[in-house]
Amino acid sequence: MPLAASEVERAVTAFIVENFLFGNTADAPARDASFMETGLIDSTGILELVAHLESTYGLAVGDDQLVPENLDSVANIAAFVVRQKGG
Amino acid sequence: MAISWDVLELDLAAEADRICAAIRHAVSHELKRRGLIVALSGGIDSSCVAGLSARALGPKHVHGLHMPERDSSDETLGLSTSISDTFGFESTVEILTPILEGLRCYERRDEAIRMVFPEFGPGWKSKIVLPGLLDGDAYNVYSVVVQTPTGEILKKRLPPKAYLQIVAATNFKQRTRKMLEYYHADRLHFAVTGTPNRLEYDQGFFVKNGDGAADVKPIAHLYKSQVYALAKYLGVPAAICERSPTTDTYSLAQGQDEFYFSLPYKPMDLCLWAKNHQVPPIEVAPTVGLTTAQVERVFKDIDVKRMTTRYLHHEPVLCGEVLEL
Repeated sequence: MPLAASEVERAVTAFIVENFLFGNTADAPARDASFMETGLIDSTGILELVAHLESTYGLAVGDDQLVPENLDSVANIAAFVVRQKGG
Repeated sequence: MAISWDVLELDLAAEADRICAAIRHAVSHELKRRGLIVALSGGIDSSCVAGLSARALGPKHVHGLHMPERDSSDETLGLSTSISDTFGFESTVEILTPILEGLRCYERRDEAIRMVFPEFGPGWKSKIVLPGLLDGDAYNVYSVVVQTPTGEILKKRLPPKAYLQIVAATNFKQRTRKMLEYYHADRLHFAVTGTPNRLEYDQGFFVKNGDGAADVKPIAHLYKSQVYALAKYLGVPAAICERSPTTDTYSLAQGQDEFYFSLPYKPMDLCLWAKNHQVPPIEVAPTVGLTTAQVERVFKDIDVKRMTTRYLHHEPVLCGEVLEL
């Protein structure tokens, strides 16, 4: 069964809440909120997120894929993961 | 209308006098110490601060420190010694290598590099670099570049664990230097200078509790090209004034622009000045030889770096008020 974007969004939000917000769900980012604009996740945070995506979804994220279009919001990440998994 | 490079010009004599008066006031009235420690790297910033300190307080009230270590350039000690000689103050050589070995600085760094290049070992050299961001939006994600014993150059993106350990290990260098600066400051009842220029101070190009720690930072308000001009005015030797900025921290030669800033210092200065003075990118682009879109990316990166390095400037956070101090 293909990976659903909504499922990836839920999982990525849970990872962010657990790792960057210490479990505080009240501050969880909106699905389309830009991490860069809100300042929630910096470049080190992006590295951590990418490592998480690679290990969770079996991806190999190339240097040229490390761009905001793929990674700057929960929705962008989910769409990127689904594309990479051929969904 | 295109912005001119002239905006960075200073009345050097007046600025030197103003900074020296501020140093004298700070050391005698606020810090209540008898002089200043200057860590001399052989670079333009510490040389300029040394010249200002000697001029402000007199050479008897300045003590220089030369602190090379295994990865320092062969030129470092000769250049830094030329500064204490030029400005006539006493100085001490502290070789950091044995201290850093005791801390396992090199070992911890190399262990992290081997997470990416398992064969990394004796005879190899390394540095870390950022991607260029002029040609498209990119995150400030570091790669490690290694040179094999046969001279081959290899590059790989760093995973978070390796990146953080490399930075943590190399930060021992700046923190060890600062520890020695405060040893000599305490011994002499002196205060400690910090030598960031405005680019470094604004953009967080320093190690917290390392080179970021100081009692007085005389040139933190000056753009790097202003520091070059002031250093020349103060009599810093040409060999230092004509040298390109380097981090002198990694075993492979590393320019500050590939390690941290998105541009070489001159256009970076002008971009930062323009952003600080609300000059739009379209008026900066022709002067620095970039497109408007590229200057927009530089402006955006300035904001990103301000945000991501806020922690470095942050005072310790108290969880209750202490009103008496």
